This record gives sequence, structure tokens and C-alpha cells, in this order.
Amino acid sequence: MEKFTKFNGLVAPLDRANVDTDAIIPKQFLKSIKRTGFGPNLFDAWRYLDQGEPGMDNTHRPLNPEFVLNQERFQGATILLARENFGCGSSREHAPWALADYGFRVIIATSFADIFFNNCFKNGLLPIVFDSAIVDHLFQEISATANYKLSVDLDAQTITRPNGEMLAFNVDPFRKHCLLNGLDDIGLTLQHLDAIKAYEERRKEEAPWLF
Amino acid sequence: MSGRTLYDKLWDTHAVRIDDDGTTLLYIDRHLVHEVTSPQAFEGLRLSQRRPWRTAANLATADHNVPTTNRGKGIEDPVSRLQVETLDQNCADFGITEFAMHDRRQGIVHVIGPEQGATLPGMTVVCGDSHTSTHGALGALAFGIGTSEVEHVLATQCLIQKKSKNMLVSVDGAVGAGVTAKDIVLAIIGEIGTAGGTGYAIEFGGSAIRALTVEGRMTLCNMAIEAGARAGMVAVDEKTIDYVKGRPYAPTNELWEQAVGAWHQLTSDYDAQFDRVVRLDAALIQPQVTWGTSPEMVVAVDATVPDPDLVRDKVKSEGMRAALRYMGLEANTRITDIKIDKVFIGSCTNSRIEDLRAAAMIAKGRKVAANVKLALVVPGSGLVKNQAEDEGLDRIFIEAGFEWREPGCSMCLAMNADRLEPGERCASTSNRNFEGRQGQGGRTHLVSPAMAAAAAINGHFVDVREIDTQER
Ligand code: SF4
Repeated sequence: MEKFTKFNGLVAPLDRANVDTDAIIPKQFLKSIKRTGFGPNLFDAWRYLDQGEPGMDNTHRPLNPEFVLNQERFQGATILLARENFGCGSSREHAPWALADYGFRVIIATSFADIFFNNCFKNGLLPIVFDSAIVDHLFQEISATANYKLSVDLDAQTITRPNGEMLAFNVDPFRKHCLLNGLDDIGLTLQHLDAIKAYEERRKEEAPWLF
Repeated sequence: MSGRTLYDKLWDTHAVRIDDDGTTLLYIDRHLVHEVTSPQAFEGLRLSQRRPWRTAANLATADHNVPTTNRGKGIEDPVSRLQVETLDQNCADFGITEFAMHDRRQGIVHVIGPEQGATLPGMTVVCGDSHTSTHGALGALAFGIGTSEVEHVLATQCLIQKKSKNMLVSVDGAVGAGVTAKDIVLAIIGEIGTAGGTGYAIEFGGSAIRALTVEGRMTLCNMAIEAGARAGMVAVDEKTIDYVKGRPYAPTNELWEQAVGAWHQLTSDYDAQFDRVVRLDAALIQPQVTWGTSPEMVVAVDATVPDPDLVRDKVKSEGMRAALRYMGLEANTRITDIKIDKVFIGSCTNSRIEDLRAAAMIAKGRKVAANVKLALVVPGSGLVKNQAEDEGLDRIFIEAGFEWREPGCSMCLAMNADRLEPGERCASTSNRNFEGRQGQGGRTHLVSPAMAAAAAINGHFVDVREIDTQER
């Protein structure tokens, strides 16, 4: 997993509550055998004017000009701003896979659905919770400011606004450690490589029929 | 210090390290792989340039998407075909043993594990599939995992887990004739509910469980997940050891002796403490039939469909009404008056040789009723199929008007071409009667293999105990 430290990114505002996993990546795309390549179908039903099916060439589909990610000024956004209960619905990991594949690294919202929140960390995405006053304020600033960027410093747990003002956020220390060091659960387990090997050596003695 | 449960012992033996908060790095002895939940895991492995930690600990097969007819033609649906081909390719690339579609050892992943001796007593067994609980029948700790965890096991041979609580479900006494492991587990789920086992690992014990064959115990543990428990298990006894002996992956000679010595320890200590104990009287269990859209919506075959008006709890009575609407049933209908359109004998719950024998005993010399459009028998593996054919079971089924198919998951979840049409009613030996599970709008009644065969012959549910199975 890519290390997550400091970065400065363009923010796209998705002004909706209860964005569910089916909206994030509609179910017809789940037959895929891959975990990458979902980016073009992120928010498919909102993003395109036609009905999306797996295997379509997305570059030729009619875009919905109203949808925020299709607007010129939000091209290249890496931070998504949303409202409460983002990521509700199923436990499938396709939702964070699609957001990450599109290029998002951070999602700021008033609240997140539980399973989605955990799945984000497993896939290198940082979900940040701010209270609704701050989220409101950010939405206003974005609409008033061209090229609105935020600097995210995970180590310091701060976000810096364009005017230099800082906002502090909370993150679970263990999750933070994993993101900062680019450790997915696998990377983390592999830190205990010696313990696993020692266990295997012992088990080969105790229960050789297992090897 | 009080004694330990079987689950405690299996957990302790496999803990590589335990954090202060109880988070445990658990070593996995056997990882079973199928085509639906593994492709992204293999892709992740490649992207991070990792290799399987211990290739030989993995065993793969294609089961969910494979056709049960005309295999020579390959898989028609391109999406299904790609999933299966991807599994073949991943196994080839990483050197993982796969029983591919044309291998006679191919079958449902939870049937072939025990059949091959690839899942053994005392092992930790995982698979990207919730019915992995099946393997607990051998005195193993077996549970289902998600796709990220599949990749985690491939890469590290371990999982990061927290321990569940201990539950004992004890079924004592003797079941009556015609009552099978399937009826026992449906009765248990009817008793504790589909969330009754949430947060627990269930050990099934008591004289009625000890009296079951190992295959019957697999049926039982298979549905532990339907009671909300990720893992179900049965203590090791002589039957377990006899079952394992001589299987292709089982140890031999000195290793066998050593293994058997260790396996004899795989029981709960007499003074072990369980967090919850549930007791059932085996003599009271009758053949079961589900009437609703959840496995806990189950009654005895001689009962009637329950009446939501008689249920005080509003949430519950509304749930019952919704289920009755979906199922197209009226309250107070006698179960034996419910007519069926299709019959499915198969799935990881009930597709082993004993299940097929039990169904064949009912079907022998009889005919599938005229109102039954399709009666399918789908063996759990190629080897089960071969054995059934050696015993002449296929001819019994075919002569009675059943279709005899190639092994796979088939109409258990209708990912291949086998499915119910909207409104069709099915007597099924599978494990889930959820809405749409066997096809959009399809209506599933879960029963034992003998009960399914009896329903096929009569065109409606009948009490299998009333059927004469004397040599005919
Ligand atoms: S038979 Fe059914 S329950 Fe069993 S593994 Fe296949 S799809 Fe799942």
C-alpha cells in the first residue's frame, strides 16, 4: 500500500447525505474479477446519462454535465467532501476500491457507515470526520473559491485551508500508524514474519502431518 | 483453572501472537479457494509483488459457476467463464493445486475438503465462503472470510482475529426414524434463531450428535452460519478418525499414529465453561420444513404454516406477513398441502453419498409427480457422483424421473443456468431460503434429502415417515 503522509489536493464537493455503496459502484460492475478498474464506473448512475454495463467503453458515454465530478474545475480532485452516513449499504470492498481507483485519497464527511469506514483504511483511503458546521463551511468555501485545495498532514492530524487556517482531526492511532507506513493488514502481519516462522518451526515438531 | 472447550484448544494451538486487547494473529493450516471470492485477492497479491506464503496449504476448485450439464461445451455465460478461467490461471501461476472443472475430483469446495482428507481434525480451515463452517464436523476450527482476508491468508498464512464466545448446543436422546442431521440443525435454528449464534463459536454435542455419521455432522456444522455463528464444530471421536483414514491427503504410517494421538485430545474438557448452553431433546425433533424466507422460519412437517395474527411482537408478525406474501402462502395451511414445482437435491449441505442414498431410497421404484417440472440431483463432487453410479443410485433417480447432473453449487444459489423462475416453489436440500436465492422470485423450502425426494414423488410435502421404504 502507498504511504500516506502529507499532501495537497483539489477538493470535489458531493453535496448529498446517505451516499450508499450501490451509488458509489452499481451492482452490475461487481461481477468483475478485478479490484482495480472500477474508477470509470464510480458513481456511474449519476455520472453518465445512459445505463452503464460492464465492458462498455466509458470514454464514449454521454456525461451528465450536472454531476460535480464532470465539471471542469473539479478535474483531478483527490479529496471528496460529503455529508452524513457516507458509504452506507453493503460490506463489499468494491466501494472503496472504486473511490481509490478514481484517484481519491481522502474523504471528508459528517459521518461514515461503519464497515465502509474500516474498508477505507484497508485500501489506503483516509476518511475524516468533521462536525456539520465545519463541513458546511467547507462546502461554502469551495463554491466561492476556484481551485480550492486542502493540505492534509496525517502525522500532525491537521488540514490546512487555503487561507492558512488549520483544522485538527481525529484518527485511530493504529490506523494512522498503518497509513503513515503504507502498511495494509498484510504489511502489518508481515512485521511479525519471524513469529510466524518460529510458530511454523514449532508446529512442524508438534504436528508434522500438517506440513 | 477450569478446563478448556474444544474451541479454546483449537484457538490456543493456532495463536501465533496475542495483543493486549486480545487481537490474535491466528495461523491457518488449510485455505480452500474458489472462483468467486478469490480473483481480487490474487490480483492484490500480484500488485504488491507477493507470493503465497505456503503454496501447499491452498487447495482450489471451481464450483459456483460451473454448468451441471454438457460440460464438454464449456461455460456459456462469458462472465462465469472468465471467473473460472481466472481461477485456473491464478492457480497455474502460483502453483496452487486446483481440481478444475474437468477433473473428476472437482466439486463443491466444502464437499471436496473432507473427501480428500485435505481438511483434518485439529486444523484451522478458512475459505472465502461462509459455509466453511462445514469442516468443523471433523473437530477443526473452520470459518468463512472476505476477499481482503483471502489475500491476507495467501500472503501470510495467518489472519488477524478476535476470539468468539463459547456456545454449546447439546442434543440428547435418540431421534426417531426419518429424522436426519438436516432436521436437527433446522430445529436448532428454529429454537435459537438466525442471530442466536452471533458472536459465538458453537460446539454441537450430546448423544444425538455423537450418534450422527461424520457426513451428518457436516450437514449440521454447515448450517452453523445460518444460526449466526461463524464456526460450528463437533468433538473428535472414533467415527471422525475412521472417516479420515486412508483419504488422499490424510497422514499415513507413523505420522498417522502420531496424528491420531493428538486428535484424541480434541474434545472439550469435562469441566470446560461455556458462555451459553442450549439443550434440545432429540426425541421431540420431527422432520422439518421451512415456510418462510429465513431458515428460522421452520416447522415440523405435520404442522401448519404459522399465523402472524397470533404473534404479539409487531416487528416479528410483520416479518412473517412479508415472508408469507413472498412465499405465496396462507397462514394455517397444512405443510403437507403445499404443492411444489421443482426439487433440488444438492449443495454443500446435502450432496454427499449418504444424502443421495437417503433420497434414492425414497425414489426407488417410484415416479416424480406430474406437477413437478424439474427434479434435480446434483452430487457434491465428481467422486460422490462416481460412487453413486457404482451403487446404481443414478439409475434409480433417472428411472424415477429425476435429472442426474454434474457436480457443483448449481441451484443452491443459481449462479449458473440452474434456477427457479419467478413464483416457482422448490423443495430444496440447500441451506438458504432467502428471497431470490434460487432465482428471482423463486420460493425455497428447506428440507432433508429424503423429504425432498418424497416431495418430488408426491408433488407436495409429505411426512417421510409415512413412506414405506421396505425393499421394493
Ligand atoms: S453449495 Fe451453495 S452454500 Fe454451498 S458453497 Fe455452493 S453456493 Fe455456497
